[in-house]
Amino acid sequence: MDFSLTEEQESLRKEFDTFFAEEEKRAPVGWGGWIFGVFDEDDVWAYHCSVAGKLGQKGWLSLPWPRKYGGREHSYIEQLLFNEVRGFHRVPGVDLWGPQIVAPSLMEYGSEEIKQRWLPDIARAEINWCQGWTEPNSGSDLASLSTTAVADGDDFIINGQKIWTTGAHRADHIFILARTDAKAPKHHGLTYFISEMKSPGIKVRPLLFMNKSHEYNQVFFDNLRVPRRNIVGEVNQGWYVAVTGVNFERSMIGVFAAAKRDLEDLVKFCRETTRDGRPIADDPLVSHRLAEFAIELEAGRQWAYYVAWIQSKGKKVPGEASAAKYTISESIVRLANFAVESMGLCGVIKHGSKWSALHGTFENLCQASLGGVIAGGTTETQKNIIAWMSLGLPRT
Amino acid sequence: MNLDYTEVQQELRKVVREFMKRNYPPSRARELEDDTRGFDPGLWKQAADMGWMGWAIPQQYGGLGGELMDVVVILEEMGRACFLSPFLSTILCSFALTDGGSEEQKSECLPSLSRGDSIMSLAWAEPGADYDISGIKTRATGSKDGFTISGTKFFVPHAAEAQRLLVVARTGEESSAADGLSLFMVYAGSPGIQRIPLQTISQEKQYEVVFDKTPAGRSALIGGLSRGDVLVRSLQERAMVLKCAEMLGGADWVMENCTTYAKERVQYGRPIGSYGIIQHYLADLWAEISMARRLLYYAAWKLEKGMPCAREAAMVKCLFSDGYRRWTRTGVQIFGAIGTSREHDMGLYYRRAREAALTYGSPAWCRDRVASFLQ
Repeated sequence: MDFSLTEEQESLRKEFDTFFAEEEKRAPVGWGGWIFGVFDEDDVWAYHCSVAGKLGQKGWLSLPWPRKYGGREHSYIEQLLFNEVRGFHRVPGVDLWGPQIVAPSLMEYGSEEIKQRWLPDIARAEINWCQGWTEPNSGSDLASLSTTAVADGDDFIINGQKIWTTGAHRADHIFILARTDAKAPKHHGLTYFISEMKSPGIKVRPLLFMNKSHEYNQVFFDNLRVPRRNIVGEVNQGWYVAVTGVNFERSMIGVFAAAKRDLEDLVKFCRETTRDGRPIADDPLVSHRLAEFAIELEAGRQWAYYVAWIQSKGKKVPGEASAAKYTISESIVRLANFAVESMGLCGVIKHGSKWSALHGTFENLCQASLGGVIAGGTTETQKNIIAWMSLGLPRT
Repeated sequence: MNLDYTEVQQELRKVVREFMKRNYPPSRARELEDDTRGFDPGLWKQAADMGWMGWAIPQQYGGLGGELMDVVVILEEMGRACFLSPFLSTILCSFALTDGGSEEQKSECLPSLSRGDSIMSLAWAEPGADYDISGIKTRATGSKDGFTISGTKFFVPHAAEAQRLLVVARTGEESSAADGLSLFMVYAGSPGIQRIPLQTISQEKQYEVVFDKTPAGRSALIGGLSRGDVLVRSLQERAMVLKCAEMLGGADWVMENCTTYAKERVQYGRPIGSYGIIQHYLADLWAEISMARRLLYYAAWKLEKGMPCAREAAMVKCLFSDGYRRWTRTGVQIFGAIGTSREHDMGLYYRRAREAALTYGSPAWCRDRVASFLQ
């Protein structure tokens, strides 16, 4: 067993590190670095877009893609290194959907024409996507969704509603799952469409999070017309087109790395802040909790490397990816809540006050992190996947 | 990067598992708990013949010159089978000799350890100095021409069966400090040694060992006089990691057997494994054990490469100490009442988890260590 990287991998990691260390310095003051929360404030969104443009120019958004689509055919390990370094520096700049979720679906199921139309723009960060999947009545049970798409000549007419659509208010394109055959079993009656957000028939309404931030939205389709040539794959094949996206790098390393960074900030705070004349970190109850988080995150890091490594060997990793996803998202909720607690009253003061601790990062994160344990498959769903697919326990 | 087992390790795992399956039914563990010797001498000899005791001993001293990671695999399989024996304590002593012993000491002792002809045990922890060597009070007075050792050690595994004991004793002037410690190899039957059995939760053979002016000649000193702290710390790191390997094996037993039981046990007309809460207990076990395993291997790799490993060893020991207790607790719950009976094997692992959690480094002590490495 060997945990070392090759010289090429080390040198690539250094290259990523140099770039992202510089970009980190340009982060808007007071922005906590929650790289999933870039859609609310204009200055943060602008920061995200500027980094994205640079990444697009460097070809770093398409590292693992086949060369014929503009990629470099890098392995899962190199992608992991990119994700880890970017996460550690808490730099946005990678569209949540395009490079790693839409692109694999296009590459596997899209016609050549579709691939030529969208892939280069994704690689160059020229598209801001949002995901039109989840509905008010179809969350965990996504396949039960009921937005309809009815054929009308060369087009389909889409009616329905999506919810929790991250960044829809910033997006210029949306990829939609809609029902094209209500009589077929639910997984076999869906179609994958791509539409421009500016098309008539799309309305976006903000769905504010409990901290008032505007990341999520409701999206309403009112006779939205989408041409047939914007279908990826075949009609009624949409579910399978969508789940292809699960072959991207799924180790969650970027989130582990960002959490590690957050922990470092918290440790520093606890060392430098005194309470009753002594540093908070001198309290073993505090230092032990900090140690426990360090242990969790290190175990998670090793797990992430393992997941990426077995993916690089061609193995499908549903249970492994589920384990990574639910453990890190739950850790962050606990870390943020512990951070707020250990900061005392200052921990709940919002960013902007001279009394807020660490720019109110953790006041925000203890709320924002709730998105992580629910979106992308709730913790409970992830455990179901492990139970059913890794342990062979009966589905009910 | 290659995160897979080597071919040697894959083969070794198969061999050890087969050996256990053929020779060591789970009920044997319960029998050995009640047995005075606490291990099966016949199986011990067979294990030695298979090369396990000598696996990591250098070839020039009668060993196989294998990797630390290979020993991790052996211990996993032993832990899984609840194989009771002086294996871990003996190989730790073989590491001490390999690292700190003179040529004479190595040639004298390592081959017979490798053959399974002798058993050695580390006498290090004391009441009041569970993990931190700075608290050690056992003293060796005299000069390098000859010492006498006095003090009390406890949790010395298989002391009554050991031919020799490796004793960590204070030779420096300070009454407490990490430096000023030395390592001595003494015959277990030497004058002034009393070996008193400790009945512990695991019912493995632990002993209190009292030294009353026990003579230790010149040749008993392992390594430099009053310079034993570096060696002992390094041994402690390996001890922590290898104990975790044993716990990992036990955890695999829990995972496998609880999952099987959940599929078979029917209540209210369906297998209990079809209920979400049981599925989620098992999913948590699977995720936690899988992740802990990768951190363990990383620490073992660092140790093998001679890289600093104090932080990772403490992390791993904390993770497994807390985790294994939790996993065995869940295991009992999944088995229900039968899991609490003496006849059922679940109790073997539950009890061992509580003792292993505190062996070589407790969770609290480990957390202090990890905290000291935080940036």
